[in-house]
Amino acid sequence: MAERKKSVDAVIIGYGWTGAVLAKTLTDAGLSVVALERGPARDTSPDFEFPRIVDELKYGVRGDLWQPLANETVTVRHGLNDVAAPYRKYGSFVLGNGVGGAGVHWNGQLWRASPEDLNLRSRIEERYGKKFIPPDMTIQDYPVTFGELEPHFDHFEKVCGVSGIAGNLRGQIKPGGNPFEGPRSDEFPTPPLPAIYSAQLFEKAAAELGYKSFPLPAANSSIAYTNPYGVRLGPCNLCGFCERFGCFLYSKASPQTTILPILADRSNLEVRTNSYVTKILLDNTGKIATGVLYVDDSGREIEQPASLVILSAFQMHNVRLLLLSKIGTAYDPVSGKGVVGKNYAYQMCAETAAYFSEDVEINPFIGAGAAGQRVIDEFNSDHFDHSQLGFIGGSLIYAGATGGRPIDQMMVPPGTPAWGEGWKAAIRKHYRHSAPMGTQGSVMSYRDRYLSLDPTYTDSHGLPLLRMTFDWHANEYKMAAYSVSKMEEIVRAMKPEKQATIVMRPGNPYDVRFYQSTHTTGGAIMGSNPSNSVINRYSQSWDVSNLFVYGASAFPQNIGYNPTGLLAGLAYFSAAKLRDTYLKSPGPLVQA
Amino acid sequence: MDRRKFLLGAAPAVGLASLVSAGCKPSSGTQGHAYTPTYFRPGEWDFVLAAVSRLIPSAGAGPGGVDAGVPEFIDRQMELPYGHGAYFYLKGPFLENSPPTLGYQLRYTPREIYRLGIAAANSATQKSHAKDFPQLSAPDQDRFLAAMEKGAATFATVPAAVFFGQLLTNTKEGYFSDPLYGGNRGMVAWKWIGFPGARADFTDWIDQAGRRYPYGAVSISGATDG
Repeated sequence: MAERKKSVDAVIIGYGWTGAVLAKTLTDAGLSVVALERGPARDTSPDFEFPRIVDELKYGVRGDLWQPLANETVTVRHGLNDVAAPYRKYGSFVLGNGVGGAGVHWNGQLWRASPEDLNLRSRIEERYGKKFIPPDMTIQDYPVTFGELEPHFDHFEKVCGVSGIAGNLRGQIKPGGNPFEGPRSDEFPTPPLPAIYSAQLFEKAAAELGYKSFPLPAANSSIAYTNPYGVRLGPCNLCGFCERFGCFLYSKASPQTTILPILADRSNLEVRTNSYVTKILLDNTGKIATGVLYVDDSGREIEQPASLVILSAFQMHNVRLLLLSKIGTAYDPVSGKGVVGKNYAYQMCAETAAYFSEDVEINPFIGAGAAGQRVIDEFNSDHFDHSQLGFIGGSLIYAGATGGRPIDQMMVPPGTPAWGEGWKAAIRKHYRHSAPMGTQGSVMSYRDRYLSLDPTYTDSHGLPLLRMTFDWHANEYKMAAYSVSKMEEIVRAMKPEKQATIVMRPGNPYDVRFYQSTHTTGGAIMGSNPSNSVINRYSQSWDVSNLFVYGASAFPQNIGYNPTGLLAGLAYFSAAKLRDTYLKSPGPLVQA
Repeated sequence: MDRRKFLLGAAPAVGLASLVSAGCKPSSGTQGHAYTPTYFRPGEWDFVLAAVSRLIPSAGAGPGGVDAGVPEFIDRQMELPYGHGAYFYLKGPFLENSPPTLGYQLRYTPREIYRLGIAAANSATQKSHAKDFPQLSAPDQDRFLAAMEKGAATFATVPAAVFFGQLLTNTKEGYFSDPLYGGNRGMVAWKWIGFPGARADFTDWIDQAGRRYPYGAVSISGATDG
């Protein structure tokens, strides 16, 4: 029998970015809140202190900040008739763990979606005709517009001290920024850092080809900055240990460096770490959540009753917990009925490596997750005419390494021996003189790509793992080939001695063995009605009105941008509605 | 057998070359640091030393893997949670015909992969050359490693390519990780490629893109490369 705790107004499942946003909103409103985090407590000091944190083996390779896969992983299969195999070792994506979640060890590339990403189906049908969308592609419009989200994008950028240059300020196209972005109401809160050397070469080459490169929007603060909550960030020093590491300089925005300090001493908030939620509990109507069941550090099962349940774990965990709690109808790829698990999507990325002569000093170890990088957006989203191209979506194309970590980021040209004297000579010749350029591309959603519970494999508590059914479709191979052709053209203009591209081509199945992207999306998507979605425009469950679900699980299909800006915008949009409407009169915010 | 004897006895060409190789003076660590393995048994240790000395040889410019302490790194890793498989999901059932693109699907921890892989490798070279792997000539060792890499060698337990992958991965980890783990002794691998290690401070280089970064490496413990 589970121990029953005293009831609270709200319980938060997962204390990463969106959990922190909701903790602030709800405690501001005077609610009593308990936040349950499956991983440990973490803060800049002592967990990310220099020099212990700049340990590539511990954090970059072993992944000590990531979710321990030994306890829980996912299973993966390519098609509906395949048997899924557990993701036993990290490769393709990395999962967060602990306070701050993946917001601790992300790169800080903070993008908004393009306006047309949010009404993608309508936009494509209108511009190219209904037949342009393949019949098995299940993309849909967001039930919210760019204009509605813009104030929240703007606010989150100010919370994070994002550095960049506006490209579209209230409708006016500005030099130096992204001319393809939706109109922003204000400038970026901090100016960009100068381009690192490889990004300078990219900028020059892009300009020669007529493209408009701009600083990648970076949640790596460029100056000393105080955010709207009074929390201070410090200037980034391009230390080269962003991705996979916590920031020792208070430069990279994370829940710890932007929101959590003001929540630390709130008497109406209790954070319980090492608390693994196993189920969202429902009343006997099945329409109201009564709290959650979790297992604490010592293995005790505990019930935490609450009037409001905030599900703000990582995308995959949100979907799994809905399925484990039997909330909503699980998606069935055969009939196309049901919604929970529907429209899992990913990103398709490619890389072109440039190998320069030994007089070109790239200094690859000088870099950050986002600061100092440069990017073009000409071939992303629907910024270009797709009518003769036969695919939907696109990629951003960027230059700039997140660091020069020698175990994980060593670059040697194809044909170099993997070991022996030849390898040893090549690493010296190329390490300081090579630079990666990348594309990050959207992946559409499809009828046969989804998430469900695995019939065989279980976690350390004996609960079914989440099962991913995913492989690339023709649309994405075409999209990647097109983006890569543009990237290769730019790299050629950078005049390296050699260049080499890694890209998925038809015949290359989804491969979990090497890192591609942690931008997994969908499975608890938002939409206009309960038959096409799990949550409404305010991130509220259609089935259980006192349950709100946050994160990239909401995306009906993926975008060519990093997801944090969009998912934070959706969370703040919802938080405002919760505060202004729901808390006064709990109930469905959109009539089904 | 200590490593010094091993170098001079079992693989003389490699051992001697390490002392005269350009750009890498023999460090006091190479000659004076006797390490007694904890996990690997004597015959296994000979295998690790021999394999690492071929994967990153001392011959030619630049530090060899054995000089850099890679075998010690690997042995120490075997005693850590990593070696015991604590970082991996190792619950069954274990699928036998899963496509390689779905990743590692064996039941073995890294410790077990070494134990089984080394035994299988020695057994294979006993069949082909009537010698354990460490006793083969350097060219024969290279040929055998390449056969493992390609999966052309057939092992009854852990697949040869899996064992090779484990060995090569850990060898490079030991070569490039911070010296606190036992490899990259004296930061020799960082010096070789020009990585400044744990400096992680480029404030004054933000405006100097394109200019060669002039400072040497530091380790997490604060050691500098002189």
